[in-house]
Amino acid sequence: MPKVTVDGQELEVPEGATVLQACELAGKEIPRFCYHERLSIAGNCRMCLVEVKPGPPKPQASCALPATEGQEIRTDSEMVKTAREGVMEFLLINHPLDCPICDQGGECDLQDQSVAYGRGATRYEENKRAVTEKYMGPLIKTVMTRCIHCTRCVRFSEEIAGVDEIGAVGRGEDMQITTYLEQAAEHELSANVIDLCPVGALTSRPYAFEARPWELKKTLSIDVSDAVGANIRLDSRGREVMRALPRVNDAVNEEWLSDKGRYMVDGLSKRRLDKVFMRKRGKLQPATWDEAFKAIAKAKPGKAIAAVAGDMVDCETMFAAKSLLKACGSKLIEGRQTGMDYDVSNLAAVNFNSTFEGLEHAGAILIVGSHIRWEAPLVNVRIRKAVKRGAKVYVVGPYWDTTYPAEFLGEDLGVLNKLPKEVADAFKNADRGAVIVGGGALKSAHGKAMALASDWGADFNVLHFSAARMGGLMLGFAQKGGMADIVKAKPKVLISLGADEMDYEPFADTLKVYIGHHGDKGAHSADIILPAASYAEKDGTYVNTEGRVQFAEKAVFAPGDAREDWTILRALADALKVEVGFDNFAQLQSAMIAEVPALGEEGLADYGALPKADATAKAEGTMSAYPIKDFYLTNPIARASEVMQRCSSELLHGGELAEAAE
Amino acid sequence: MADRNPAPDTPELRERWGAFEFTESYRERADKAIARYPEGRQRSAVMPLLDLAQRQVGEETNTQGWLPLPVIEYVADYLDMPVIRVLEVASFYFMYNMKPVGKYHVQVCGTTPCMLRGSDGLFETCKKRGMSKGHVSEDGLWTLTEVECMGNCATAPMVQINDDNYEDLTPERLDTILDALAKGEQPKAGTQEPGRHTSEPANALSSLEAMVDENHDYRSEWS
Repeated sequence: MPKVTVDGQELEVPEGATVLQACELAGKEIPRFCYHERLSIAGNCRMCLVEVKPGPPKPQASCALPATEGQEIRTDSEMVKTAREGVMEFLLINHPLDCPICDQGGECDLQDQSVAYGRGATRYEENKRAVTEKYMGPLIKTVMTRCIHCTRCVRFSEEIAGVDEIGAVGRGEDMQITTYLEQAAEHELSANVIDLCPVGALTSRPYAFEARPWELKKTLSIDVSDAVGANIRLDSRGREVMRALPRVNDAVNEEWLSDKGRYMVDGLSKRRLDKVFMRKRGKLQPATWDEAFKAIAKAKPGKAIAAVAGDMVDCETMFAAKSLLKACGSKLIEGRQTGMDYDVSNLAAVNFNSTFEGLEHAGAILIVGSHIRWEAPLVNVRIRKAVKRGAKVYVVGPYWDTTYPAEFLGEDLGVLNKLPKEVADAFKNADRGAVIVGGGALKSAHGKAMALASDWGADFNVLHFSAARMGGLMLGFAQKGGMADIVKAKPKVLISLGADEMDYEPFADTLKVYIGHHGDKGAHSADIILPAASYAEKDGTYVNTEGRVQFAEKAVFAPGDAREDWTILRALADALKVEVGFDNFAQLQSAMIAEVPALGEEGLADYGALPKADATAKAEGTMSAYPIKDFYLTNPIARASEVMQRCSSELLHGGELAEAAE
Repeated sequence: MADRNPAPDTPELRERWGAFEFTESYRERADKAIARYPEGRQRSAVMPLLDLAQRQVGEETNTQGWLPLPVIEYVADYLDMPVIRVLEVASFYFMYNMKPVGKYHVQVCGTTPCMLRGSDGLFETCKKRGMSKGHVSEDGLWTLTEVECMGNCATAPMVQINDDNYEDLTPERLDTILDALAKGEQPKAGTQEPGRHTSEPANALSSLEAMVDENHDYRSEWS
């Protein structure tokens, strides 16, 4: 632990810290552009210059200088001040003064730092360099004249995303950031370079010229596009969510967000259900709430009422539905829409037990039937980190581009019964191992994978891909036989809480009530549509695949007649003349927490120990494809989003560039 | 500085160079270059491989050679590395030609020492022969490029033509060299000053005189 002095303040810094980190520990702000905590050190912007003794009598780049015993660092001297002014002046030689028409304006590192550390006026009269715009796909808009060559985007695509898409071509003043032949950046995390860009060179294409940061209301929320539960901030203006940005949470998403979570928000204002609809003579017609409730009451469900939860609902909605059904005397609740029926008697067996942070330290990882890049792109980032630390990765299932070295053991899940010796050796030699079972393989390989994990002493993980799954399971949204049990019970009324992936065909004689927010598959099959709120329009609790309980806040109001889900279910209770025991959201929440105390506490829920693995379990069957067919269109919001549709057609299906027609 | 953008990716370019492959002898040299680095570090050989590819293209086109995009992709594939990383290297160093060049790539140094010693006259000489900066002359023989310092300041002004440096030039001497090259001869490389061998002092020794025959420690004479 070297001891250094920063501006006369003595402090101890951790071994391996840089001078910049030492200054930060001392509470000093060091301006920087190229340095980023989660990327490698480049040291090319020179903005972080400080004075260090002992050393040459000149300012030094603190980001690339290790802190050593007895250093005297000054960040407030005249030398440092002039050095920063000089660097800033150089950076601004070629940077256009187009802040008024730049989307980064108001949240621009260069803008802020030139105010704080730059000279008051310019001394340059020469023309500035101009760079042609580069095409980087439907999500990233480029104005490369503004680029200051920090290379953060290059390092991100190489180190975090692992795809080497972006590079710096040319040299010196002519250096240009581009993708090869201006192909679109295709990685599922590609849009994170927009956040990383300290200037307005890479900005968000869908959000271009939409709003200024200071006009936006910022709401803390949780991403529901997958089961990672990335922490996001919804920026809204009036009744519209303008954009979603990641928040920093080292345990969950670090500071990244998948492109889907980031850009499906434009779907929140498209194809919305904003009126009550009822099917009359085979056609959905607008109706009133009263009519709808009367029709449901008229069906006299009694005990024959069932509820199916969709992939994006919050725990409160599910609990409200559960209470309603309980009051009616029914227990027909299910959340696994596609018909999965794995055993949920012990939730630890269907949880991601390594935790995302822990996964980084695994020395051997076996992935069974999961296309992790599509099912949870942010988990793939963690596995990349583990691989960089030396982990060996084996995958059972069809090939996908992992971005790190991995060995594919074939599509036949039966290979788990007789794994090659090297796999077992890799796990035995690793301090910590992880077996990850994807949703697609839960049916045929769950037991065997668990047996392998317990055999090797590795962590057993199940990677879900719907945001509502773990919450639903905690609330008991699971029948022993899965959806088949619901079908068998032949309910008179089926309440669908935004369930768009389920098969409505077996429910032909059932009154199907769809409580959801998008006119998608579920609404098409419904008899009665009650418009509800999306994740951005209600407070709610979500549990991610590692059992992490997180709260999301309401950012905007639902459009039209749409109401928050729990209020609809509460009103439905009146219509069915039953008592659910809550009249407001706080009561609902405390009732829920009383029943499942873990939902009341943010953080990892404790599911206890894993059940004893069945050593005789066998895996069988072949996995010819993964459940997710199209990364960009996995949920109703994304399917309604124009941006996601464009990504899907352009990036996955090789469609013509929409821009070419303009 | 020369235009470092790659030649446009056209169907004709793909057709001409899409099937590019190292010939037997070039493949041998390429593999030798790769073998210089530890296993798994084959990417380190990107620079020699680009050079070899450029030379082979040069042989095929009877020019100094250049790097069409399909050839860059071939090198990337050969080394199992992303194309953008190879393009970064190729576009960084001006020794790699990104556009077609003539048989002789005349690179005239225009940096201060050469400029003071008369590089302007060398440009004039080149222009009189129909060369213009960044273009291939009509007969396909010449491409003229102005370059920055090549490290031959002691024998300025200098010109680099393909693999050889020609130093201590005057417009007349350059003319002689270019004439010889045009005729297909190989003029003597290096200094063109009669009586001078390399970059030793042009006239009599003016410094380090005591070191001509044996080593001499000057330190005691420093004041």
